This record gives sequence, C-alpha cells and structure tokens, in this order.
Amino acid sequence: MATPDPILSLPPGLEAAKSEVLPPLINIKPINWFFDLNRAMSLWPVTFGLACCAIEMMSVSMARFDMARFGAEVFRPSIRQADLMMVTGTVTRKLAPTVVRLYEQMPAPKYVMACGNCAISGGPFKFEGQYGVVEGVDQLLPVDVYVPGCPPRPEAILEGLFFIQEKLTSRRWWPKPQELPPDPAPAAKGKK
Amino acid sequence: MDLSIVSFVQIIVSVLLVIALMVANAVVMVYIERKMAGFIQRRPGPYEVGPYGTIQAVCDSMKLLAKQVFVPGNVDWLLYFLAPVTAFLPVLLLYLPIPFGPYLTAMNVDDGILLILAFAGLGVVSNLLAGWASNNKYGVLGAARAVSQSVAYEIPMIMALLSVVFLTGSLNLTEIVDSQGSWPWQWNIFAQPFAFFIYLVSLIGETNRAPFDLPEAESELTAGFHTEYSGMGFALFFLSEYANMLLVSFVCATFFLGGWKGPFLDGFWWTFIKAYAIMVFMVWIRWTFPRVRFDQLLNINWKWLLPLSILNLWLTAAILKILSKIY
Repeated sequence: MATPDPILSLPPGLEAAKSEVLPPLINIKPINWFFDLNRAMSLWPVTFGLACCAIEMMSVSMARFDMARFGAEVFRPSIRQADLMMVTGTVTRKLAPTVVRLYEQMPAPKYVMACGNCAISGGPFKFEGQYGVVEGVDQLLPVDVYVPGCPPRPEAILEGLFFIQEKLTSRRWWPKPQELPPDPAPAAKGKK
Repeated sequence: MDLSIVSFVQIIVSVLLVIALMVANAVVMVYIERKMAGFIQRRPGPYEVGPYGTIQAVCDSMKLLAKQVFVPGNVDWLLYFLAPVTAFLPVLLLYLPIPFGPYLTAMNVDDGILLILAFAGLGVVSNLLAGWASNNKYGVLGAARAVSQSVAYEIPMIMALLSVVFLTGSLNLTEIVDSQGSWPWQWNIFAQPFAFFIYLVSLIGETNRAPFDLPEAESELTAGFHTEYSGMGFALFFLSEYANMLLVSFVCATFFLGGWKGPFLDGFWWTFIKAYAIMVFMVWIRWTFPRVRFDQLLNINWKWLLPLSILNLWLTAAILKILSKIY
C-alpha cells in the first residue's frame, strides 16, 4: 500500500496551463485601446459550470440580474468562440486536467473568472488530509478576477464582470451601487 | 444582356451595395435578435453599450475581428479556410435578381428564381466543408445533419414557389411582383395560402434556424459545423446565416406578399418592411419553440410538407387548367 500523498500546492500528475497570451506585435496605443474597449463590452462566456455557483451564473443571465445589459449574455457552447471562462464551482483533481485543457483551447484574448470560494481556495473542502479538491483554480490557470461568496450573489458575479472590464479599459464604466440614489418607491415596484 | 461598360459598372455597383446591405443587415439583426430574446424572456436585453445597447453588435463584430484565428491540429488547411468564404460568396449572387423596388433590380433575368434556388444550395456545401475540414466529430455530425436537412427542406420550398410560378406563368421575379396588386387581398398569399404556409415552415428549416437548428444544436453537438471556428471564421458564418435569412424573407415578400407593392404608395420601402416583418417572425419563432428532434424534423418534412406541397401544386395546376378551358 502506498502512503497517501502529502498535501501539496499542486497535486502530482496535474499540470498548470502552459499557454500564454503574447503581447501584441505592433503596439499602437489608440488601436489597442479601441479593441480592448470592444472586448470589454462583449465578453462572451463559455457554457461551463462545475458546481452550485453555476446556478448563480444561470441566474445572472436570467430576468432579474440580466447580464445581457452589458453584452455578456452570449453563452457560447464551443470554447473557440468564447472570451471569458467562469470557473464556477469546485475544481476536483479528477476534473482539473479537463479545465486546463478547456483553457488551452480558448483563442487568445481570454479571461478567467474564479467564481466562489471553492474556485478561489478550495473553500469548505480545504481541510487537513483532503485528497480530492484542487485548492484554488489559480494553481492551474491565470485568474483575472476572484469573486468571493459561497455561492456568490448574482450581483457579485456582475461586479466581477465589471472588474474585468475595468482591467481591460482601466476605467469603471457603471456607477457603484452604494453611490446610487436610493430607490424612490420600492414598495410600488414588484407588487402583485 | 449585352456586356457593355454600363452593365459591367451596374453589376459592380450592385454587388457593392449588396455587401453593404449584408453587413448592415447582420449588425441590425444581431441587435434585434438579442433585444427580442430579452423581451421574450422578460429582461431588457443589451442595454448599456450605447443608447439602449444599439452599438452592441458593432462591439461584437470588432471583438471577433481582433480575436485569434485558431487553427486546430490535423485540419484540412485549404478547406478549413475556404469554408467560411464559400458560405459568404454565393449570397452576393443571390441578391442580384431580387426586385427591391420598381427600378431597383440589380440584374433583371428571366429565370431569377431558378438562379436563386440553384445557387442557394452552395450554402450547404460550405457547411459540409466546414464540418469535414475541421476534423472534429461534432463538426462532421453537424455537417451531415445540415446536408440532410437542407436537401429535405429544399423540395417543399421549391414546390411551394412553383405553385406561384404556375399562377403567374413566369420565373421572373419582377413579373411575379407585377402580377400582384397593391392591396393585401390582391397578393399571392390569398391565392396560395397553403403554399405560403409551407414556404414559411421550410424557410426556417432551410436557414437552419431554431426550432430546426439541428446542425448547431448546442445540447448535442457543441456548436455543430462551426465548432472549431473562432474569430472571423465564426463571424463569416453568422454573416452568411443572417444574409440567407434576409434572402429567403425577400423571396417570400416577392412571391407571396406583393413585393414592392403596398397600400397607398408603392416603393422599395414595402419590400423592406415585409422582409423584416418575416425576419422578426423568424426570431420570434426561435425564442418561443423548443428544438425538435432530428427524426421529428425529417418526419415533418417528408410526411407532411412534401405531400401537402405536391397536393397544392396539383390542385393549382388542375384549377388553372379548368379555368383556361372555361375562359
């Protein structure tokens, strides 16, 4: 009987994503700014969910928290046409090679959002002696934005999307919720 | 048609205008489709990018333009790059015989509908090439489905159009418009309601739209024949899909809805209003009905549409014969 593996930062047999996004060959600032602006305004996610956070990802694209408002509702089933990979949920060791492979298949301007505590650090599954869960998807992929929560609220996922847009264009495009004026008549709304 | 300088310049100008129409149509239709999807699902749709999200489609196309063109291993290089172009190119020719207005026909050929039906088949070839060349099991399955579906749905489509041709006695699209009147009850839709219905169903099947979008069914084949295409290749497939939608809508408007003739004031605006009404109808259908199974799809065609369209054609011919004996 082999002794159980010690808890390493990256389990044996797993490899992190090797592909890297090269800097542009010709660096013309206004053109880069223009394309980055367009990329920020149409971040198409992959239809890809791992655990319960995927339910929140579905919720954020549905009626109440509509991700389509920011042009990000086009869930592409094929990874070749997607820009944003939302790692929504627990990345188990068994699934990790597939996640890495999916990331490597995505064409170049690609962004990764780690949704939920499991994808950030292993979340509730991180304890002494655990053997099945990768503790943080950032050991495998270069993560752009971490969205905490267990699972994160749909508003938090939207906020993560805004952070990727801010990362691309170095500007926050939408007002912060706490700076908005209070809703004038909350009682009149949504009353059946 | 004499090939003088004038006709040559005319063809060049009309092809350029058709390209402009195709691109503008794709941009407008992406916006309309996403917005309508939103309204049907009780959400606002694209809202923040530009006023009411109007420049959303421009942003999408710019992003696709700047996306990495990815070539997977073991693909057939020539066919892989040829397929999006062959999806896009025949559509240029297909718009030429369509009478947009009384004086707005790029190429007034005598058998215009024959030209359209003959070259519309090339779109399927591009789907087949794309699925085959990308060396992907989902791609090949999607391509096979695209071919069997398009071949099947072309037949009732042709039968439905043929019954209108029987009525008019001409394959020329301009003459078909001329034979109809300005008011809705003078249009062919009242003379041929069954043909109109059959055409309406089979045009959705022909353009691979939901509920008949089996070639790119997400839940079974990730994205069908364009699974391996990224960036501009994918964008060209989408462009040609929307261009094909617009083309079948124009043919429908010409054959059944009186073309550029309408109440009060004839003109090209009626063609566009009717064609876009059919486009909006197609989008409405897409976001309302679930996808059919593949055997259901073929059963609808072979067991219902085809016998009905043959019956309709036979009835049209018989009635025309009887009428010609009487008068």
